Amino acid sequence: MSEASPAKAYGLHFGAIALLFVLSFLLPEYYHGLLARIMVLAVFAMGYNMLFGYVGLLSLGHAMFFSAGLYGAGLAVIQLGWSVPAAFAAGLCCGVVLSLVIGLLALRTSGVAFMIVTMMFAQVFYLIILYFSSWTGGDQGMVVPQPARVLAFGATSLDLTNPTVRYMSALGLFSLVLMITLVLVRSRYGRVLVAIRENEERTKMLGYDTFSNKLAAVVISGIVCAASGAAYALLFGYVGSGFASVQYSILPLLWVLLGGAATTLGPLIGTLFMYYVIDITSGYTSAYLLIVGVALILLVLFFPKGILGSMRQRWLGWLP
Amino acid sequence: MDKSKTFDLSKTGLTRRTALKGLAATAGLVTAPGFVRYSQAQSSAPIKIGFQSHRTGIGAAYGRWYEKTTAAAIKAINAAGGINGRQVEVIIEDDGTDPGRGAEVVGKFATQHKTDIVFGTLFSHVVIGSAPAAGEAKIPYFVVSEGHHVASTKLNRYVFQPGITDVKSQIQSMAPWIAANAGKKVTQIFPDFAFGYDHRDYLPPALKAQGAEVIAQIAIPPTESSFTKYFPQIPAETEVIYHVMVGPAVLTFVKELGEFYGSNRPQLFGFMDSLEATDINSPGLEFLDGSHFWEGSPRYAQADDSAGQKAYRAAVGIDDNGAAVGDPKDVSTASHMFGCWETLYVVKKAMEDAGYKGPEDRAKLVEATEALTAFAEGPEHPQGPKTFNGKIHQCFGIQNISKVEGGKLKVVHKTKIEDGLYEAEGDYTTQAL
Repeated sequence: MSEASPAKAYGLHFGAIALLFVLSFLLPEYYHGLLARIMVLAVFAMGYNMLFGYVGLLSLGHAMFFSAGLYGAGLAVIQLGWSVPAAFAAGLCCGVVLSLVIGLLALRTSGVAFMIVTMMFAQVFYLIILYFSSWTGGDQGMVVPQPARVLAFGATSLDLTNPTVRYMSALGLFSLVLMITLVLVRSRYGRVLVAIRENEERTKMLGYDTFSNKLAAVVISGIVCAASGAAYALLFGYVGSGFASVQYSILPLLWVLLGGAATTLGPLIGTLFMYYVIDITSGYTSAYLLIVGVALILLVLFFPKGILGSMRQRWLGWLP
Repeated sequence: MDKSKTFDLSKTGLTRRTALKGLAATAGLVTAPGFVRYSQAQSSAPIKIGFQSHRTGIGAAYGRWYEKTTAAAIKAINAAGGINGRQVEVIIEDDGTDPGRGAEVVGKFATQHKTDIVFGTLFSHVVIGSAPAAGEAKIPYFVVSEGHHVASTKLNRYVFQPGITDVKSQIQSMAPWIAANAGKKVTQIFPDFAFGYDHRDYLPPALKAQGAEVIAQIAIPPTESSFTKYFPQIPAETEVIYHVMVGPAVLTFVKELGEFYGSNRPQLFGFMDSLEATDINSPGLEFLDGSHFWEGSPRYAQADDSAGQKAYRAAVGIDDNGAAVGDPKDVSTASHMFGCWETLYVVKKAMEDAGYKGPEDRAKLVEATEALTAFAEGPEHPQGPKTFNGKIHQCFGIQNISKVEGGKLKVVHKTKIEDGLYEAEGDYTTQAL
């Protein structure tokens, strides 16, 4: 990443947000709804990217952070009757606590061991959801009631089930997380994370407390993923254990690899690409996952660093 | 009369030439291709049904047979003149048996394909995950799931289950027969997830009402592949083992249960969900000989099959053993798939009652469906007669109890509709449309 390009970088990101805003008025109804969902899940991918892309820690347990937000917010509404902002905050709190605990334990390992430990913790989290099925709805999941999904401001209120409100809410969350990510990776802290990824021992020798920095990254990543989960529950009205399964730990990894690890916009591109490939190919064949697999292989062959990662390597060195 | 308020043709300057031009223009407009399409759309464009199918994922075996049954029902409906004189077209989207994708598929039907309804979902988690999308899009969503989720009134006013009974009703219907014929002391073995929990929660009170009791409940984790270690937990005084294991492990489960008990076993009672799409004569299942199963609609042709049942089996293409005609290894999901057939005939009836013309009449369709009360046994409802509770959007019907005899399932008892009735847990009709 070039240091001398903040204007380009910020311009690109504001441009991307503006494009997504304009698309809200141009897209056909179905793609409008789909893009809202993609933006929420891209936030999940951005949270994953924070740890995987910038710190180099490959986790296979991020479904638990997403689910912590999903269930934290969803159960707060369903079981406790909390309002949308309080439920969203509850989802974030669940993400903070869980990621702090998991970070403290899992960061005692690294490499393959870190991957296995996070996967095991996620499996424990998944089984806990199934075990407390009378509260969580188990594998069937639960519906967040439509009347409760309303954001009230005094006398006025916003219905989160309204497609425009939902799109704008998703865009708001996406934009916020995108800009925070951009600022973060361009900051001194972001440089330290990259230094840890490139050579942890050398970073230690330079006097940095790598454990604390990595722990902070796990917590930030956990909060972002939990925010995505909480938004999913409140915007789309369903919480279910499927989102805590290993599949949802692998998906953000794929989205990030596709879009480009350690690129700020890569997670969006990857999620968008994957969603559209599945959506289009499933209309032609039930073997659509085969096509997705072939597409992934081709991308790995020709864009080994993901779409944006390879573009940065070849043409756009300033891309953050 | 004040002439200034009347229309006087003589004062408009309308000449005969202008009038003729106007008439010609109108005639041209009427015969223009766009107008023809528009007027046909009102009268003869097909009714579009969005079929949310489990083509991939864990529900694929069911999904395939649901598609076959749906195709057969649509063919029969269209051959008989369609719905309100319009042909019916089915558009299929795969939901991957995934609740997240399920919700997207419902959105796709409502906003891209612009189908009139969404139909056909089986797996409960997909139904629950998709229901909010159907409610928000205000598109009627007819599921064929047998889950209690619709009748629980926890979903929304646009979700219906009029073609298959729910699991609470099914379990409740089984209790009188089990208590009277199999035994009074029952041990339950069930998978440790939602499907098993329905049986865990609904059977004990139903048996208690019949003077029997559940003396042990053994939940087996879904990841388990060997079951021998659980069998010592079965109390010695057990008279009936009530088992509802599902998935590929069921063959191992039965085989190991046989090895554990040998020839001296308690009575066995199971739900056909365990063996849907699986040959009852598969190696390892010999131990089930003489045991009993719940069946929604009988897999094997019975001596007293109604004309409707025979016609239905022929139309769907299943032989007397419940396998695909011409492929004995392709065993159907007979206990559940009839629900697709029956649901489509309910949709037909409700659309006709509502005078349904297009998506603008979806609210009318919801109300017309809620107004239905009963479906008589016949070609449209081959599984048997049903009642429908419009407040909870759920039908109630008869159930079959079948005995495994000589490698086939023979129906030995049919329950009454009343056996499966229960108090409504809410009322969807109070929700706004």
